[in-house]
Amino acid sequence: MLTKRIIACLDVRAGRVVKGIQFTDLRDAGDPAELAHAHAASGADEIVLLDISATHEQRATLLDTVSRTARQLFIPFTVGGGIRTLDEAAAVFAAGADKISINSSALADSTLITRIAERFGSQAVVVAIDAKRSGNSWAAFTHGGRKPAGRDAIEWAREAESYGAGEILLTSMDRDGTGIGFDCDLTRAVAQAVRIPVIASGGAGGAGHFVEVFRDGAADAALAASIFHYGYSRLADLKAELNSQDIPVRWPC
Amino acid sequence: MIAIVDYGAGNLVSVKKAFDWLREDCVITSDPSDVEKAAKIVLPGVGHFASTESLTHSGLRDATSGAIGRGIPFLGICVGMQWMFASSEESPDTKGLGLLDGQCERFPATVKSPHVGWNSIDVNSSSRLFRGIPSASFVYFTHSYRAPMTDATAACCEYGGRFSAAIERDQLFGVQFHPEKSGEAGLKILKNFCAL
Repeated sequence: MLTKRIIACLDVRAGRVVKGIQFTDLRDAGDPAELAHAHAASGADEIVLLDISATHEQRATLLDTVSRTARQLFIPFTVGGGIRTLDEAAAVFAAGADKISINSSALADSTLITRIAERFGSQAVVVAIDAKRSGNSWAAFTHGGRKPAGRDAIEWAREAESYGAGEILLTSMDRDGTGIGFDCDLTRAVAQAVRIPVIASGGAGGAGHFVEVFRDGAADAALAASIFHYGYSRLADLKAELNSQDIPVRWPC
Repeated sequence: MIAIVDYGAGNLVSVKKAFDWLREDCVITSDPSDVEKAAKIVLPGVGHFASTESLTHSGLRDATSGAIGRGIPFLGICVGMQWMFASSEESPDTKGLGLLDGQCERFPATVKSPHVGWNSIDVNSSSRLFRGIPSASFVYFTHSYRAPMTDATAACCEYGGRFSAAIERDQLFGVQFHPEKSGEAGLKILKNFCAL
């Protein structure tokens, strides 16, 4: 049976893993390569590395960090943050990423999705959407959650799929870093709007939240960062708990 | 020397990294003469079935097919495995090697597509490629088209129906999933291939 994926996210700034609360107030959480290997060993199904400062500081993605992290990592590895062109994407793939994640640059020019998908395959293109509730709908934001994109998040997800996105990485800005649970309404709305897998992100605080987002949110995968880094919740314990609640997970792994 | 065939499709770095980790001598090459000399051949591939057409133009198709004919162990990964079949719905005009009967087909509309993630496989216990890998092991898939069940099926997977997750016949091997991305189980499968 196809399992629900648990994805460990490394938010990286200046070569170090950091984690903010609602996109600000950053704390140091360690070395990306070491953390990626530790997460893989304790049962993460995938690793996502996001260079969170890249877009607004106009920095190149940290190719060294990517290559160091990828070298001994034998589970899927996604890299995002500041990828604006096909050439930049190609450099990240060459450094060892299996997938790239694009956000602001895809909203600015949706043909970038198509161009990367045509060269590297749709499975290698993750479109990240930062969404914030606005009345009865959700608005998409760019630039690390600082600029409204003027787009409805669900419509944008559907359009990204039509341009060739292979997966949607959906972050609830309202929940990010709060630990009060994923936004199941948002996740379900997007999961029902597209045929490609949806990764829920933002708000994980405990095993119950993962159960909710898989059952009620119809998520295909769920991503979290801070709860894994600081030892609040061991990944292996989380998977054991999900397994005991009949959520199909790769277990033992 | 293992030749990892580069035909301009997708990203071969991950496959090379896995063989490097296993301390196997390997080279990424687009030169047919490297393929002709290789002790083993790996044909990775992600993306579109039509991308295999460049193998024909570059002479890599003849080199690979000749080596397979001489009994050189061959491992096709993902689209590389599908290429061993006659054709695929994804690109009906593109000819596969036709070493296996049948056509690769799209997943039915009853399931999400692509099929992405870790799924369990049922393993044929006599398989050499899966030696030490029990049934119900998890491996990582990402694909929109699937190969049919055949008498050469070495492992099968269930997603909107059963399909070939791996095939094995003499020195011919193929895996639909990505062993280089399937953790310990995947590395063990690659190690088994190296040990043939």
